[in-house]
Amino acid sequence: MDILIILQAGVATGTILLFATLGEIFAERAGVLNLGVEGMMLIGAMSAFKITTITGNPWLGLLVAMAVAGLISQIHAYISITLQADQVVSGLSLGFLATGISLVLGEGLSKAGTIAYLPKFSIPLLDQVPVLGPVFFKDHSILVYIGYLLFPLCWYYINYTRPGLHLRAVGEYPAAADALGVNVYRMRYLYVFVGGMMAGLAGATISLAVSPGWFSELTTAGQGWIAVGLVIFAQWNPLRAAFGAYTFGALRRLILDIQGPMVILGIKNPFYYNPYWGYFLEMLPYAFTILVLVIGSREAIRKRMGAPAALGTPYIRGERGV
Amino acid sequence: MVHSGSDNPNDVVRMAGIVKRFPGVLANDSVDFTLRKGEIHALLGENGAGKSTLMNILAGLYHPDAGSIVVNQQHVNFNSPRDAIAAGIGMIHQHFMLVPSQTVTENILLGMEKPRFLLRLQEYDRVVTGLGEQFGMKVDPRAKIWQLSVGEQQRVEILKMLYRGANILIMDEPTAVLAPQEIEDLFVTLRKMVAEGKSIIFISHKLNEVMEISDRVTVLRRGKVTAGGVDVHSVDKVELARLMVGRDVIFSLNKKAVQPGDVVLKVQSLFAENDKGLPALRGVDLEVRQGEIVGLAGVAGNGQRELADVITGLRKVKKGSVLICGEETTNQPVSKGIRKGVSHIPEDRTHVGTAPNLSITDNVIMKTYNQPPISNGWILNAVAAENFASGLKDAYQILVPSLETPVRLLSGGNLQRVILAREISCKPRLMIAVQPTRGLDVGAIEGVHRLLLEQREAGAAILLISEELEELLGLSDRVYVIYEGRIMGEVKDGNLEKIGQMMTGTRLEQIEQHKEVEHA
Amino acid sequence: MPKTSMLSNKLANWLPFEVRIEKRLNQPKSGYSTLLSFLSVVVALIIGAFILLLAGGDPIYSYIHIARASFSSLGVFSDTLVKATPLIIVGVACALAFRMKLWNIGAEGQFFIGAFGASSVVLLPMLPDSASRWFFIPLMILMGMLCGAIWGIIPGILKAKFKVNEIISTLMLNYIAVNWNNFFIFAVWTEGGFQMSRMFPENAWLPRLTDYGERIPLLQGLTTHLGLLFALIIAVVVWLILYRSRWGYEIRLIGDNPHAAQYAGISITRNTVLVMALSGAIAGLAGMSEISGVVHRLQGAISPGYGFTGIIIAWLGKLNPFAIIPVSILFGALILAGREIQPSGIPKLIQGIILVCLIASDFFLRNEVRIVRKQKLSIQPKGQEQ
Repeated sequence: MDILIILQAGVATGTILLFATLGEIFAERAGVLNLGVEGMMLIGAMSAFKITTITGNPWLGLLVAMAVAGLISQIHAYISITLQADQVVSGLSLGFLATGISLVLGEGLSKAGTIAYLPKFSIPLLDQVPVLGPVFFKDHSILVYIGYLLFPLCWYYINYTRPGLHLRAVGEYPAAADALGVNVYRMRYLYVFVGGMMAGLAGATISLAVSPGWFSELTTAGQGWIAVGLVIFAQWNPLRAAFGAYTFGALRRLILDIQGPMVILGIKNPFYYNPYWGYFLEMLPYAFTILVLVIGSREAIRKRMGAPAALGTPYIRGERGV
Repeated sequence: MVHSGSDNPNDVVRMAGIVKRFPGVLANDSVDFTLRKGEIHALLGENGAGKSTLMNILAGLYHPDAGSIVVNQQHVNFNSPRDAIAAGIGMIHQHFMLVPSQTVTENILLGMEKPRFLLRLQEYDRVVTGLGEQFGMKVDPRAKIWQLSVGEQQRVEILKMLYRGANILIMDEPTAVLAPQEIEDLFVTLRKMVAEGKSIIFISHKLNEVMEISDRVTVLRRGKVTAGGVDVHSVDKVELARLMVGRDVIFSLNKKAVQPGDVVLKVQSLFAENDKGLPALRGVDLEVRQGEIVGLAGVAGNGQRELADVITGLRKVKKGSVLICGEETTNQPVSKGIRKGVSHIPEDRTHVGTAPNLSITDNVIMKTYNQPPISNGWILNAVAAENFASGLKDAYQILVPSLETPVRLLSGGNLQRVILAREISCKPRLMIAVQPTRGLDVGAIEGVHRLLLEQREAGAAILLISEELEELLGLSDRVYVIYEGRIMGEVKDGNLEKIGQMMTGTRLEQIEQHKEVEHA
Repeated sequence: MPKTSMLSNKLANWLPFEVRIEKRLNQPKSGYSTLLSFLSVVVALIIGAFILLLAGGDPIYSYIHIARASFSSLGVFSDTLVKATPLIIVGVACALAFRMKLWNIGAEGQFFIGAFGASSVVLLPMLPDSASRWFFIPLMILMGMLCGAIWGIIPGILKAKFKVNEIISTLMLNYIAVNWNNFFIFAVWTEGGFQMSRMFPENAWLPRLTDYGERIPLLQGLTTHLGLLFALIIAVVVWLILYRSRWGYEIRLIGDNPHAAQYAGISITRNTVLVMALSGAIAGLAGMSEISGVVHRLQGAISPGYGFTGIIIAWLGKLNPFAIIPVSILFGALILAGREIQPSGIPKLIQGIILVCLIASDFFLRNEVRIVRKQKLSIQPKGQEQ
């Protein structure tokens, strides 16, 4: 068992979580909690795979996945922004709906066999760096490299650009933004859409790159929910989100790979000889998510940092409050 | 009624026949209003008279149902605040429209076309500093809003509008949150802006200020103009008050002499933190006796809310003690205080005082639901609760179609009656009343005052926390002044000058020493 | 706040009337809410039909099939009730937590762990196979509810102590519960290497109507079991708790405004833990009822997502335990018939559409839509009229 190979695979797995988490950060920074991430990822994974099996073009699959997930997120946007419904329930129902659609349209896809995947390559020179090279820059899907570029860009965008300033204002104090002519409703729709697209991208990352194929609900296996949890751990900061996502990715891979070899570090591998213990291993990512939430929440209480102030509340012009 | 309908080239704003309906209310009933270049024009009226509605229309936040608006001789039809700002109109709201987690510069740049993409904060920090200097307002551009005092935040609001090139500034009750000294500073700034050719609309319900700062005044009552653009120097205070309220205002209250009894509330060197974890109370000492109303004066945000929270048990005490009827209740649960007879009229009626979607019955039993006859062991007796509620409804004239009505549908006055009914019905020994009349109309205010005085006569100890000095002086037997979490002193004779000085942080001893020095 | 819809501003300037959406100032009549829920289900079914068409199915055939497969005879209606039983219980469990705005999304996990707890009575074993029904069933109820309560109390404590978001923690516990059960099914209680335990002795089965078929021929073949009675009792009990008890008042007050509850001296942390525990216990009872009344053994596939459907049902029933009963029967029918419908995702899809329509319809509870004649904006300044 080569630890570097596990970590390398972990980075790829983490990229899924990264995209979903970043997308949810955008939506929540604009004040809209979207609990439909899991469903949107699923519909993204399904669309990407289906379009690729039909057309043979994974890039088209990727684009369609992002578009479809972005569009379906607008149902949540409409219900929670325009109709001012509870964001928790609305997001959950979007999740149900998106899951249902994915299962219906994905019927029979699991037998589709192999398809053309997105290109994989190494970055010259960088892949020669000891330890870091093979983990981060060797034989990765192009989506992984896009992830590297994306999270610092998101961080910079939110904190140091004009639209980022508007985004933060809309999530913290929409009335203030509205009074200065920022269109709160449009911004919220937009960032819910961005969140949906990113969830679609995350889904496509699964079905076109990391673990290609369609396995109905098991395709995402709760990663959308882990992403929602990571947003809280990341305290709505893309840099922390990246740290969390890659760590979780590595953990997931480790759990899969630890069951393979007969001997680890010179001792008999208990998970090899007792394959059923694997069920406890599979609990770990979920248990870790809870643990990470405990850590994140405690830190937030201590530092008195919190969610964007207007997160979860519909904005109604003329009504007092955030 | 004074009319100013003609085309005057000096008019920068002319609003005519403005009508605005809200469900159930006619907020503006064909209102006319004009603003001349270089004047400070006061818009006077009670709470709910329609001042803010009219100005929200001018600022582009609301769309009028009828009427026309002319700005700088041009018909305008604002669809958003952005349109109004483009026409040079900037509104400074009562609740500041500032994003607490962002810096001063970031708040000022919010919504601007430039910078186009990258914020380049350092460059703009300098611009903001320069603008502040031009109008004599000092402010640190890199400070986060939540770190600033209320007065500083107001300056940021003004700078925000000036930065946008606003020539017409609407100020919605700008003095409500300021200490007397800060009010003076604000007035200096306002005069400086007028001298630079800006025009200012000054919304207020305080007659003295209107007389002091403004050139002309328009008075609104129940959505109608009762005086349109009158020269301030041509009217007197009594007449303005009548125009505003519609009848002669009784400035005095019928207060009976009551001999104060035992100490009910004793607070000793109390320390507590605010929601941000910063010290809010730094050694407060005070006591309230049976049968007296004790006022707590101070500018908003000097620890009043935290003090009320700590006494009622809603907030943790860091150091010091709270004694109610001689028994320690420091850091005890809220329910313990309730059992000891503490009632609390909270500052925030909708977010703290009531459960908006629950019925009136459910709301009035909030403090008595676990006592017989409403509760019978584990069981909640619905019939008893309903009887209790209908008794209170009659006794306190709560006007509602049914007791099942959710309280979010009640008007401000009715809502406050629900709270008062509940808080008084549990026969309090100690009553903490925080801003009990804020946002109410004159009739409702009188009712609240009467109820508080009745409780005083019934032997309750009342701590009245208010920012309305007139109300404090009218009702209280004694007044403490709080500043930055410390009690500056206690005034028994209602000396307004002393209270004003203490509100800006001078201790009573210092004032008295100073006087002695002067005498010597 | 009144708000004229933007559409009517821009697109419909030429219409002689405008559509106004205004916040309701009075309470809508009680029947209105029921009617609205009914209409949104109808709308959802119509939308579902279109999607079925798009997916290449025959919607009319599908709906008729659903109706026939679930209501056409006493026998199939009995099967519908069997499906409705866990839904009622789980729906009530969710409604209780949702009343306090505790988003217990973990009913599925609590259901699994409840089933595990009930099974452990037989499989551990706590009682010999020969023990009487009078020992088996109460102990299985107790264990099911206890284990469900533990699964509910964990996120409750995490929320009360560390402010951990309960949506995520309950959800994560669902996955953990499934793995936990799988471990026992595969590794400990497996029967001959299959993914299931052995069959329970009949004394550990909940009595079914068909058991009395010898005496009353009408009942022959009817699978409805005692769990339905549990469900009805639980609905009544939770209704009584919510509307006729001190504790229920506290729950409703916290749910509507936690600040007001604190101000009234009610402990939010204590109630968070208690409500999550009870909600989990009820969901655990659903697991017990399903294991002991239908499946009669512990296996992997014991729930087609009852825990998640319960969320929809609770919402569709407006968190009212009594309204949850008819809604559960409707969804029971959907699940029953759904087993034969292709593609298999359709029931889930229809559930999703119903929930979306329902939440959207709440808008009309809070706002009134009025069609009013347009008033001309008088552009003339007043001075010129005179």
